[in-house]
Amino acid sequence: MSDLDAFRAETRAWLEANCPAEMRQPIRSEADMCWGGRNWTFQSDAQKQWLEVMAERGWTVPDWPKAYGGGGLTPEQAIVLKEEMARIGARQPLYSFGISMLGPALLKFGTEEQKRHYLPQIARGEIRWCQGYSEPGAGSDLAGLQTKAEDKGDHWLVNGQKVWTSYADKADWIFCLTRTSTESKQGGISFLLFDMETPGVSTKPILLISGNSPFCETFFDDVKVPKDQVVGEVNRGWDVAKYLLGHEREMISGMGLGEGGSLGAATKPSDPMLRAEIAAFDVDALAFQAMSERFTAMWKAGEAHPASPSMMKYAGTELNKRRNELVMAAGGSDALEWAAKQPRDWLRSKGNSIEGGTSEVQLNIVAKHILRLPGA
Amino acid sequence: MLLTDDQKMLQETAASFLADEGSIAKQLRHWRDTDCEDGFGHDLWKQFGELGLTGIAIPESYGGLGLGAAEAALVLEEIGRNLTPSPFLMTAVVAATALEGTAHAERWYPGILSGEAVLALAVEESSRHAPEQTALEAKRQGNGFLLNGHKQFAVHAASADMIVTAARTSGSPGDSNGVTLFAVPRDVAEVENVNLTDSSKAARITFKNVELDADAVIGEVDGGWASLSRALNAGRAGAAAELVGVASGASALTFDYLRTRKQFGKLIGEFQALQHRAAHLYGEIEIARAAVLKAAQMLDSGDERAELWVSVAKTKAADVASLAAREGVQMHGGIGMTDEHDIGLYLKREAVLGELFGDIYYHRNRVAELSGY
Repeated sequence: MSDLDAFRAETRAWLEANCPAEMRQPIRSEADMCWGGRNWTFQSDAQKQWLEVMAERGWTVPDWPKAYGGGGLTPEQAIVLKEEMARIGARQPLYSFGISMLGPALLKFGTEEQKRHYLPQIARGEIRWCQGYSEPGAGSDLAGLQTKAEDKGDHWLVNGQKVWTSYADKADWIFCLTRTSTESKQGGISFLLFDMETPGVSTKPILLISGNSPFCETFFDDVKVPKDQVVGEVNRGWDVAKYLLGHEREMISGMGLGEGGSLGAATKPSDPMLRAEIAAFDVDALAFQAMSERFTAMWKAGEAHPASPSMMKYAGTELNKRRNELVMAAGGSDALEWAAKQPRDWLRSKGNSIEGGTSEVQLNIVAKHILRLPGA
Repeated sequence: MLLTDDQKMLQETAASFLADEGSIAKQLRHWRDTDCEDGFGHDLWKQFGELGLTGIAIPESYGGLGLGAAEAALVLEEIGRNLTPSPFLMTAVVAATALEGTAHAERWYPGILSGEAVLALAVEESSRHAPEQTALEAKRQGNGFLLNGHKQFAVHAASADMIVTAARTSGSPGDSNGVTLFAVPRDVAEVENVNLTDSSKAARITFKNVELDADAVIGEVDGGWASLSRALNAGRAGAAAELVGVASGASALTFDYLRTRKQFGKLIGEFQALQHRAAHLYGEIEIARAAVLKAAQMLDSGDERAELWVSVAKTKAADVASLAAREGVQMHGGIGMTDEHDIGLYLKREAVLGELFGDIYYHRNRVAELSGY
């Protein structure tokens, strides 16, 4: 038996013994997804227990170093863990922007002290993070952001406004892009971390067309942030921001993988014309799944182009929008009932190709950095 | 999903060989413009043999490389990129796979290895791919068989030393049982060579009381379906890989054109309307390549989902190659409509490969059926 086979056998046995039956059920609603944080109310004992045993093993972040609360797994072992979880339908124990976005940026740009302080909290789901990037005047043109952080000697004084801050009203801390210099657009940005309970921080949810409010406006009014809560160098925050965006785009591209399995098998379309369209979709979805596996392997091996998350994000989100269109078509009038899941998912999916950089911005990036087209 | 060091070396060998010797000027245009009946060059086929590439799917015990679909795909992508006409797909991949483990392997593998033998597959009987509809009748007669019926779209059959032919020895069209594969020498049937749109050749074959000895049977009588399916799946994955190469080659020409052609005092690649279409195309080609790699790996590991993935790969690659060729002609403007420019050749090749072993509609339907809907 190879080491990897042994790891698989061991993992399978451990998951069988430790994953509560309830945590093997498909996700039916937002509440089934555990986000953790100071104010999280566990939906059930099983949800709490699942997070605790997984965090204990470092498996909320399987490939992070053990010293920072991770599992220390090799990329191959991490894939085996994912496969074995999928095999029993185990839910992800923790959904977290700390894991998918801030963590990788801290691992690359954080000081040793910052890593030891923040990463284990993220791994255990103790602190829920939100992302302060977009502003009313800085969407696709993100580097045009104006939220000001002034150096007041012993602290930064932050004033300004963010928008599209996912779950800002539920988050404990924010990673926030601020302007610390006006001398250059991209060269005057700093990446700050601070507590959302700091005086001067307020949030206001935005009601979306889906009827839900996953995003907020976030306001900063004379918010004092300790000097050591900056990641990377002052005025070099754009490097951190872009690196993190790569991870965000990679995460968002995962939407292209849908909820697993064939759309045709799930919807059993009786109309031959619809069946043909769904089959065409299933082909593209499976091909994207292969791309996703290949991209992940190449990214980890350092063989992927640095701009390739833009290609993945574009393809994955466009695919997810198409999936939702077809789910609506297959559902017919049932899918139009406002209490059903379909219309909300469908409406929400329209944002996929806007958030994290629009499809058009991703195509600009591919044209410029990968295809090297002139003037792009 | 990463290439091994050995695979990268093979890819480099194939890439430089085909860019040098298999170029459009040296091969495709040369044979087309001299009205060559084969549509490919035998000297180049021998060079494939010298490099060992003809033995890619032939077991090491026969002197081949004993490699799999993943390696064949790497060679075929380079063939597609250069639009190199060659018997590689039909002979070294499809026919070699059909003969595997049968007495005919001994007879034909040496010729394939040296690049001297050309083999073909005759399976289609109508204008649409439908292998299970095989109707060509093979009736027992004495110690052998008597064949009556016809085949079409048999690529390279008029140039072949032997044609692997699917015939029906029992059951009715639609049954997979009752199909038998025969090794048919080219000169025993009426073979009409047909020039296809891309200047490659395929034959219409008429069997009128063609007598074959019992030893012409490849494998088991009535039990040819398994070998035929293996050969077809190897061919589908191979055609998909070649289509990725076609897409890559066409897009490389197009992206270069966007970087050099000026209109309105600007390089046309500065126009965002073209940049976005180019960037979309780039992503689609990457996705198609990943799907082909996945299908090839599934075939090589004997995974039960291999058939599904082969259909995914064939569809995706054909779709994307078509997009690359259509966008290529459009973005080249007027020059793209001329025979002088190479971009139109990609459009023609993509159309033929897209049809070979089942078009996108055939394979989308397969994906639906194999997924249970």
